[in-house]
Amino acid sequence: MSGTWIAVLVTAAGCYGLKLAGLTAPQRVLASARVRRFAELVPVALLAALAAVQSTTSGHAFDFDPARLAGMGAAVVALLLRAPFLVVIIVAAGTAAALRAAGIP
Amino acid sequence: MPDGPPANNDIEAADIADSGLGGEARGATRARPVRDGAGLGLAVGVSGIAFGAAAVSSGLSTWQACALSLLAFTGASQFALAGVIAGGGSLLAGTAGAVLLGSRNTLYGLRLASLLRTRGALRLLTALGVIDETTAITLAQPDPAAARKGFAVTFCCLYLTWNLATLAGALGANKLGSPQTFGLDVVGPAAFLALIWPRLRAGGTERLVALGAVAIAVGMTPVLPVGVPVILAATAALAAALAAPAGSVAQTAVSSAHRGDSAPEQESGRTEGAVP
Repeated sequence: MSGTWIAVLVTAAGCYGLKLAGLTAPQRVLASARVRRFAELVPVALLAALAAVQSTTSGHAFDFDPARLAGMGAAVVALLLRAPFLVVIIVAAGTAAALRAAGIP
Repeated sequence: MPDGPPANNDIEAADIADSGLGGEARGATRARPVRDGAGLGLAVGVSGIAFGAAAVSSGLSTWQACALSLLAFTGASQFALAGVIAGGGSLLAGTAGAVLLGSRNTLYGLRLASLLRTRGALRLLTALGVIDETTAITLAQPDPAAARKGFAVTFCCLYLTWNLATLAGALGANKLGSPQTFGLDVVGPAAFLALIWPRLRAGGTERLVALGAVAIAVGMTPVLPVGVPVILAATAALAAALAAPAGSVAQTAVSSAHRGDSAPEQESGRTEGAVP
């Protein structure tokens, strides 16, 4: 089995296990405000980090790809205009694709 | 998605709009578990196209993309794993980040357990469906019977749509050729931004955590293995959770929902955004 398949299956098992743990754990775990707050803030931290890393780096190096950055800028504009999720994605990808079609790397 | 204290009607309505439902659906959430669950499930499930396309252009096979949607069934984690694989990062770091992202579902499960009251095999199946959207619809219902119905309908519609859309997106991306030509390399980061956008708008702490996380992750990228800086960014969340005085964090969505359902509509908009 390839490493990628193992990563896929371990991710699936881990995500499922975390869901099941919530359904079966004693309710008193919820009593800790700090636990709740941490669980709420973890997605914000990880997703912000992922968005930044994937739009400005490539491997270990900074990589400011103009079309990709423009796509992210278009996503921000769409979000400010309160566009639905899928529209944001299409606008972002479409902007990058259009710039590349126009010869911008 | 649970927000902090400043959860007012503005934020709620905006979150619903972000999740692809019209504002019209908001007022009806309370009384119509079937209609609202089906509507949210179908609307959000279509986003699986973006995941399928992003996964395949990251180097996952069509079947690996489908396996993630079928078994992990939590969008942010799925996008995260695909993103690290695309960047050539370590599989261990990618897996750890994806699983860490799924930790909020534990919190949802804790909250839903007393409403759904499942046992045995049904509980094992129910667990798969504990995600942002099902939690939002379930907590918005006025009584436990409607809550169970809302959960079941949202889970079924979203699960079917998300998985079919993943397959469609993966097959489509396979035929497109170079992912960059179609801007597919922007899909992942744009999706992450869209997912946290309602939370960034909701609270100052969230914005600080996001900024700190970005600084940690980008700053560490040149020196640490790919994927590891993103996991380190979770320390920004840890710091904020430890720094907050207990009183100021007591009013979270989970705790307010836990006290009773006197204001069920306050929960309706607090989903992570638009992806399970």
